[in-house]
Amino acid sequence: MRPGTPAVASAAVTEPAEPPLIHASSLTKRFDDFTAVDGIDFEVRRGEAFGFLGANGAGKSSTMRMIGCVSERTDGELQVLGLDPRGHGTDIRGRIGVVPQEDNLDTELTVWDNLLIYGRYFDLPRDVIRRRAEELLEFAQLTERKHDRVDPLSGGMKRRLTIARALMNRPELILLDEPTTGLDPQARHLLWERLYQLKREGATLVLTTHYLDEAEQLCDRLVIMDRARIVAAGSPRALIDAHATREVVELRFATSDARDDAALALEQDAAGARVEALAERVLVYTDDTDHTMGRVDALITPPASVLVRRSTLEDVYLMITGRTLDE
Amino acid sequence: MTATDRPERRSPHVPATAGRITPIGLLGRRPVAIIERNFLAYRRMWALFLTGFLEPLLYLGSIGVGVGALVGGVQLASGHTVPYEVFVAPGLFAVAAMNGAIMDTTFGFFVKFKYGKTYDAMLSTPLGVADVAIGEVTWAVLRGAVYALAFLVAMVAFGLVESWWAVLALPIAMLIAYAFAGAGLAASTFMRSFVDFDFISLALVPLFLFSATFFPLERYPEWLAAVVRITPLYQGVSLTRAVVLGDLHWGLLAPVTYLVVMGTVGLRIAARRLGTLLQP
Ligand SMILES: Nc1ncnc2c1ncn2[C@@H]1O[C@H](COP(=O)(O)OP(=O)(O)OP(=O)(O)O)[C@@H](O)[C@H]1O
Ligand SMILES: [Mg+2]
Repeated sequence: MRPGTPAVASAAVTEPAEPPLIHASSLTKRFDDFTAVDGIDFEVRRGEAFGFLGANGAGKSSTMRMIGCVSERTDGELQVLGLDPRGHGTDIRGRIGVVPQEDNLDTELTVWDNLLIYGRYFDLPRDVIRRRAEELLEFAQLTERKHDRVDPLSGGMKRRLTIARALMNRPELILLDEPTTGLDPQARHLLWERLYQLKREGATLVLTTHYLDEAEQLCDRLVIMDRARIVAAGSPRALIDAHATREVVELRFATSDARDDAALALEQDAAGARVEALAERVLVYTDDTDHTMGRVDALITPPASVLVRRSTLEDVYLMITGRTLDE
Repeated sequence: MTATDRPERRSPHVPATAGRITPIGLLGRRPVAIIERNFLAYRRMWALFLTGFLEPLLYLGSIGVGVGALVGGVQLASGHTVPYEVFVAPGLFAVAAMNGAIMDTTFGFFVKFKYGKTYDAMLSTPLGVADVAIGEVTWAVLRGAVYALAFLVAMVAFGLVESWWAVLALPIAMLIAYAFAGAGLAASTFMRSFVDFDFISLALVPLFLFSATFFPLERYPEWLAAVVRITPLYQGVSLTRAVVLGDLHWGLLAPVTYLVVMGTVGLRIAARRLGTLLQP
């Protein structure tokens, strides 16, 4: 088996009768009187990559921590691998892999010892641990750094090591909380590649992100979380089809006054299905780009730049929440 | 322990040691991984390991031998008189055991807890908060025992051991270490920043100076002796002194009980606090 190949993978995706790996209904987490997760429902099936997309504080990590059995739900139902985290936390944790939002590699240990001791936390036999650790170092492209301490590694290397570590117990389910946040584009792409590989090998991935491209690239299905609730669910394509128009005309203006005037004019002219004025741009959602472009040409102050593009998840997010993700 | 862990004890899937505070002798398999982790870490920091042991040894060399030359003998409550260095050595032995236990459960724990997020990583595996608490306390007990053993060897080399009962000093050192490790770990879970650790030093220095370590309790003013009698290090000092000088009696069960209770209560508080802090 290749590194990260889940123990019980195989062609299970085509088997509709199989129970979901995660089932949540009305799942709720409250901290005192603050509600971080407010009655959400979702299911994760074997072999898929499932995403939680949402802004800071939406409740993604709180949800992941409940799934990972390190935080008890306040209310609702939750089943992970067919077991209730209440009462089966130890069992479940033994069968999942966790990549936390904040790296928590053991900085007092070397790269190699990090993998070794993590395997021991799962009470795996030493020869198994050594074999897997070699494979996973290869997988994480860290073989040359084997005897180095963790501290001097780059952010991307640390992240890859954290993922490798999470695979030590051959998990059936891998939880990744913002796997690429804070990495430069090159490191992100390298990491995505590793995640693709895991997916190809049949792993079930649950990940959170506030990068729309990441969600679009990696997730078979995702839910959009906003202020502790799920506000939309589906495949990236289905979400775009359902919530956004075919194309978007993106306009930039020299001054904010010009932007405001243009937004107002385009709105009144019904230039598109919807007009959104953002901090730096005006977005016109449209299914008839020629018509929209005609309206844009008629503007009194012409835009400094015009970009016509296909709708993305970002637009879905904006349509549903009325905000951009980085706001 | 949070409720996440609590029902596990009833689960048929989980080994009996899972969520329970196991007495040290019945250590389950999982806390052992934490001891292994600390062993791996100290392989690279062995010099740090020595520091806590050198301190009491230096005291023995300077105060014990130096003051011993000045004062001559010390009369014990039991009536017989021993050279000063023979008197002071068991006290410093108890200090060595305490030092060994306290370092990793206070400062060392806090660094891993707050900055390394080491315990967050552990708790995302099958390990639970009780495993973490038991593992760290057991490690501290081992470290205390290593210090004590080294110190005992030094005592024998200096000719400061009067009785074969002194072999009992080793389990006593582990008991002292257990008490201070449990209490230290519990206290550390309440610390908010490194500044708060000054309170621990503030507690340890008087213990070091006033636990009948350097003078017999009879030399203290009445009120101070009464206070010292109920402090933890005094229990360890009087136990060690009793076995090293071959002065055994049933009354020693009281300090033994004291130390066992102190360690166990600390361990339980620590496990519960870890649950509250790390599994909100
Ligand atoms: N232990 C806690 N005690 C109190 N409030 C908490 C706790 N953990 C999280 N919260 C609050 O719950 C809300 C949701 O937090 P959560 O970490 O789940 O968000 P998130 O979607 O992961 O955000 P981010 O993208 O910033 O990681 C936040 O407002 C946070 O302050
Ligand atoms: Mg988060």
